[in-house]
Amino acid sequence: MKNTLLKIKDLQVVYKTDMETVHAVNRISFSLEKGETIGIVGETGAGKTTTALSILRLLPERTGQITGGKITFCGIDLIKLPESRMRDIRGERIAMIFQDPMTSLNPVFTVGEQIAEALRLHNSQNRKEKQIDARVDEVLNLVGIPVSRKIEYPHQFSGGMKQRVVIAMALACEPDLLIADEPTTALDVTIQAQVLLMIRELRDRLGTSMIMITHDLGIVAQTCDNVAVMYAGELIEVGTAQDIFCGERHHPYSNGLFGSIPNLKEKSKRLIPIPGLMPDPTALPVGCSFSPRCRDCMDICLTKHPGIYSKGTHRIQCHLFANNPDWQEVAES
Amino acid sequence: MSTNGHSLPLIETVGLKKYFSIAAGQLHAVDNINLAINPGETLGLVGESGCGKSTLGRVLLRLIEPTSGQVLFKGENILSFGKARMRQIRREMQIIFQDPYSSINPRMSVAEIIAEFLIVNRIYRTKSEAFNQAAKLMDVVGLARRFANSYPHELDGGRRQRIGIARALSLNPKFIVCDEPVSALDVAIQAQILNLLMDLQDELGLTYLFITHDLSVVKHISTEIAVMYLGQCVEKAPTEELFNNPLHPYTKALLAAIPEPNIEMRQKKIELIQGELTSPVNPVPGCRFAPRCLYRKEVCTTADPKICGYGDGHFVSCYLYTDQSVC
Amino acid sequence: MHLLTHVFGLDMPARGDTNMDRTIQNAGELVVFKKQSQLNEIWRRLKKDRLALFGLTVIVILILVAIFADLIIPYSAAIKMNLRNRLAMPSAAHWFGCDGYGRDMLARCVHGTRISLLIGFSTSIASLIIGGFLGSIVGYVGGRLDNIVMRFMDLFSAIPTILLALTVVAALGSGITNICIAITVTRIPGFVRVVRSSVIGIADMEFIEAARAGGTATPRILFRHVLPNAMAPLIVQTTMNVSIIILLAASLSFLGLGVNPPQPEWGALISEAKEYLRTAPHLMAFPGILLCLASFSMCVLGDGLRDALDPRLKS
Repeated sequence: MKNTLLKIKDLQVVYKTDMETVHAVNRISFSLEKGETIGIVGETGAGKTTTALSILRLLPERTGQITGGKITFCGIDLIKLPESRMRDIRGERIAMIFQDPMTSLNPVFTVGEQIAEALRLHNSQNRKEKQIDARVDEVLNLVGIPVSRKIEYPHQFSGGMKQRVVIAMALACEPDLLIADEPTTALDVTIQAQVLLMIRELRDRLGTSMIMITHDLGIVAQTCDNVAVMYAGELIEVGTAQDIFCGERHHPYSNGLFGSIPNLKEKSKRLIPIPGLMPDPTALPVGCSFSPRCRDCMDICLTKHPGIYSKGTHRIQCHLFANNPDWQEVAES
Repeated sequence: MSTNGHSLPLIETVGLKKYFSIAAGQLHAVDNINLAINPGETLGLVGESGCGKSTLGRVLLRLIEPTSGQVLFKGENILSFGKARMRQIRREMQIIFQDPYSSINPRMSVAEIIAEFLIVNRIYRTKSEAFNQAAKLMDVVGLARRFANSYPHELDGGRRQRIGIARALSLNPKFIVCDEPVSALDVAIQAQILNLLMDLQDELGLTYLFITHDLSVVKHISTEIAVMYLGQCVEKAPTEELFNNPLHPYTKALLAAIPEPNIEMRQKKIELIQGELTSPVNPVPGCRFAPRCLYRKEVCTTADPKICGYGDGHFVSCYLYTDQSVC
Repeated sequence: MHLLTHVFGLDMPARGDTNMDRTIQNAGELVVFKKQSQLNEIWRRLKKDRLALFGLTVIVILILVAIFADLIIPYSAAIKMNLRNRLAMPSAAHWFGCDGYGRDMLARCVHGTRISLLIGFSTSIASLIIGGFLGSIVGYVGGRLDNIVMRFMDLFSAIPTILLALTVVAALGSGITNICIAITVTRIPGFVRVVRSSVIGIADMEFIEAARAGGTATPRILFRHVLPNAMAPLIVQTTMNVSIIILLAASLSFLGLGVNPPQPEWGALISEAKEYLRTAPHLMAFPGILLCLASFSMCVLGDGLRDALDPRLKS
């Protein structure tokens, strides 16, 4: 328990407009130890980005609200924290990398300036200008960008290089936790491989914990220790990478995800897609949210919300595991 | 170069080039491409951003005029056609775009979008006949008829892409350029749309040029795959052959770069590619991949490598293989 | 083309559900029906903007006054001079008082409303049509034509608006038609610019490429695909322009080069009132307030419309 960096319990987030309420995140719980990486996998609209923004309290002010649950970071309750203290944490102790490197950087400042800005804002070590400069150089080296390029503007860099700059900015203050929201989706596959390799090396070297948000199971397999599968705002399956990729049994949605991925090695001609679409978050189905699309749907799935069943480190939220002796129901605390 | 000498290719390019004049010089977007696609087959065109594959797709349809070369459709060079003839031919060649958000008119309803080509080309005498056909097309692509009067912004990416597909099918084309049709979609929806495209091909005997950057996607749908780099085709082979026996270093790098959902492959991958894309403006003679290639030799920077046949319809443009093959 | 037996995804029509014949007949009607519902969407969004609603209400009232001016007060009352009532203060008999010639101010204001709004709307629409036509062609075609036309537009923009209008009026003479022409000339460059930039943005979109791939000819592309998507900034530009045009017409009339006396027009009324500012301020107040109200209302309405028209507002 001492080593738990981040603990999220029963988090609930909604987006309220005057027309409707979007239930983006519906009671999710997971925890992250120091030095570990957890991958949150799911499709568009599952609520992954909302989760990340909630941790950093960056939800859109007028519409986004955390309506329940607890987020504890190194023992600090992040939800109850006053904004001024939250600002200290953002950037310095928890950093975030966004998906689109094209718009993550301010086009009117040089990249060196932007990295230095992060350092100046979180100057708990009281660095002088010279030291800040030195740290900028250090961090650029870390991500593989020649120091001479720090006076250049974002538009002079390619997509992959821009993402490296963004990563440099995020790591400049040596955060404890790095949240990466689909960091390589917008990049070409060979550049993606380079960037992922770099992220892995940096993580190993600096010991940063990481939340990797992605829809790509391949990336998760290559970079994450633990995996959480998200669907319609819920974590329907959580476990170690071993559990998820080599485990015998899975949530029907996870099975569907694996079946949808075109496989390089196998000779199968047809893919097995999951029929239908994710449910409308303003009108979630009663019972299990996946029931309309589930091949193994039973009567109980349509009426009762499934409990969470665990086997060791592997947790699945599905009625199919209710009567299985290997799986224990987790009591809601 | 056609892989199957028996049937006449439906569409063929001969020495196709497209250069853009920009301030810095000539941008070689498409450089001397020779392709052939047989009826009912799919050529997968793979490459990363900046390789010219999208430009090539558009040049094939004459949405962009090429600088030189020929595009042969059913044996005739469409580049020599006048406006009227071109209008006729356009009915046989269509395109599906990548972005389901910008490829359909936000101000038209689903039925109007699908019926538009039928109306423009005066296929039917009355509008209601055109709308009737649009309704049938919606069934074909799996769009519920209740969406006929919805607007694009009310629908999700997968459904919008189906609208694009229905629109492309409306004129009953023989050949469709699919420009990254699933790249902007979620994995589960990708699978649905890919299956749809494959079934349509079987049912309607369509021929596809499938452009993508994702090798795993193209494996399922293509008969043959061509790999492009900086405007040139560096390797071309039947699908299985390419995956079992990739020759060009770039192809190998592409394959190695794909993150596999398999944790046993987690040990440090050998980095088969270094650096960034070089500029396609005023390229110097020599292999364009050489600056990033781990196997480069002296000869690679002197002159462009020739395209050589490796047997079994496998062609590669690389000095590593010039002595082993027939050029 | 026959139906495939496989359908993909959840959108599977139930067997026996689809009555082909009914759908054929209804297809056309259904499409029209939905268009109305889009207007409802826009109206619903507009209703939420209180200020825009206020503007709309005021303008509608003014338009009604303008249309039914003759029924409210006959035109003769607006021009009938009665020197006994010269500079009369507002009273039961003359709600707005009387001007320097004893003419009933209420009548003059009411008919002035008709003339001012007529000039405002007709000029705005004329510049919309001419500027829109020109702007969409140069925006879509580009190249040399674009360059030449835009340099002419720059030329016109460089001349101060009032001076340009005055020059045209000086050449053509005063009167309603001529000031309409004069003001149209000054408004065209603005429209051309707005339409052109919208069209340039839209012309790059893939659905335009798709239209070309389907064999659509350029005129249809412009009218069916490009212009409807450029509507939002155009509508805003048109409504904002009414506001500016009314003020311009008033300025011209104020300078004596607008409508011919004794025609009432807000600017003319203000001009006539300027010598009596200290003795009979109500003469300037009433037309002045009307002018401000009309101008302000069109402005906020334009703002509200721009917000309400964005089709990309996700539900």
